[in-house]
Amino acid sequence: MFDDFFVRAIVAGVGLALTTGPLGCFIIWRRMAYFGDTMAHSALLGVALSLLFELNLILSVFFVAALVSILLLLLQRRGALSADALLGILSHATLAIGLVMVAFMTWVRIDLVAFLFGDILAVTTADIQLIWGGGVLVLFAIVYLWRPLLASTVNPEIAEAEGLQPEKARLYFMLLMALVIAIAMKIVGIMLITSLLIIPAATARRFSSTPEIMAVRSSRIRTHAVEGRHCGTAQ
Amino acid sequence: MLKVSDFPANPLVSLHNVGVRRNGRWLVRGVEFSVSPGEIVTLIGPNGSGKSTSAKAAIGVLKPDEGQVERRAGLKVGYVPQKLAIDWTLPLTVRRLMTLTGPLPEREITAALASVGMSHMAGAEVQHLSGGEFQRALLARAIARKPDLLVLDEPVQGVDFSGEIALYDLIKSIRNTAGCGILLISHDLHVVMAETDTVICLNGHVCCRGTPQAVSQSPEYRRLFGARASETLAVYSHHHDHTHLPDGRVLHEDGSVTDHCHPDDGHHDHDHHHAAGEGGHDAHPAADHEHGPDCGCGHHHRHQHHPHHHPVEEGARRV
Repeated sequence: MFDDFFVRAIVAGVGLALTTGPLGCFIIWRRMAYFGDTMAHSALLGVALSLLFELNLILSVFFVAALVSILLLLLQRRGALSADALLGILSHATLAIGLVMVAFMTWVRIDLVAFLFGDILAVTTADIQLIWGGGVLVLFAIVYLWRPLLASTVNPEIAEAEGLQPEKARLYFMLLMALVIAIAMKIVGIMLITSLLIIPAATARRFSSTPEIMAVRSSRIRTHAVEGRHCGTAQ
Repeated sequence: MLKVSDFPANPLVSLHNVGVRRNGRWLVRGVEFSVSPGEIVTLIGPNGSGKSTSAKAAIGVLKPDEGQVERRAGLKVGYVPQKLAIDWTLPLTVRRLMTLTGPLPEREITAALASVGMSHMAGAEVQHLSGGEFQRALLARAIARKPDLLVLDEPVQGVDFSGEIALYDLIKSIRNTAGCGILLISHDLHVVMAETDTVICLNGHVCCRGTPQAVSQSPEYRRLFGARASETLAVYSHHHDHTHLPDGRVLHEDGSVTDHCHPDDGHHDHDHHHAAGEGGHDAHPAADHEHGPDCGCGHHHRHQHHPHHHPVEEGARRV
């Protein structure tokens, strides 16, 4: 069944769509759109490092994205600059360092465009396993973290006072983001990951009365979009 | 600190010499108080006097930079913060807000919403509520949890006048029925619940403390505001003798500036005119408030502790 590249693309797209739905809702609620962008941009640095040290691409992207988010947490705690200024610095610094490193590695020839914009039709069976495996993990983690994450989105002090440990939930959320970016990069590309997270969630807002419904709807909207797009491409 | 009260010696939370420092500046220092089951403690003081900071330290939202906070194991807190902004993209009804930090039985939710007069708004989105309605919803959320300790940071802001009295009555009845401890914050020096058990006045440190009943039942107070006012609202006003400058130094009433603000540094000269200032500087009955050894009022102990401190000012002191 997975012999056909077209079927593989749909299965991979749907898997990713289910994962990014709830995550995208939190990105919107917490006004973290630029943060998602920054983590995605830092993925290019991860690509460059994986090429330089011959590491696993996904692991390398995950670690760089996680590192950037932890760096942001620490810088925010110092409070010298506003969060969006810090994000701007981190986002473009990591993107630039990544590009320069790739440019200097003359012995490797990579298709930069494939990393920037992804190629869903080049998905392999191993990729599908990774997407669904990682996706199930992310979804379980979101369900587990749902209450502390939602409470700290409304107000971190209430969450802290009433014993929900919002800092820990936030750290786990950032690690989940890093994981999703590492998984999604090959398919949708560095530049488009944020749109994958934000657009379905923003669409779902109009049709939802509770946070839970919005998270589920946003996954569903994204899934339909994937199917629709593939049917469109097929014709 | 001396604390004369009829509450058991097993408080829900107690702060010992707590100080919180941010960006090289002490927001609040030397805070000592405790809240026992069934006790209402009110923190009052001017803007920036450290009321919210002290309350946050008490419930563990802020880690104190000095001193200790002791909380009873398994303490269940209900918290209404001073400011709360919810992004409009989060679809959140009043009903859903109630179970934000933990599941609740339907009966409790209905009862809590009814008690704050918000039953008809259960299905409304919180972003569409007015300031006062939102405040009621937050209060309902906090009390529906049946907490051991209820921490209310200016719970009646934006609530209309009649609603304000109703909410204060509600807070009192929660204490009476549920027996929980309540830590209440008000920046308004003039309006404090008569049912408050202990009033703690902060001004970067604990400035003084006492029972508001003593104040509200004084003849000067009754003459000024009428006997009926004391049934719900009490006036607890006094005059601060020093200002905390932005750089952390302290400007005293005598014009001098010092790095710190210690109760017995000789700069403090509190003229407490609790009874609405009627009696002038010397109207300071001992019953108005209890003194601790470092309560900052400057009324006592100074001669023992610092017999030669600022001898020039000593002559002007009315102790």
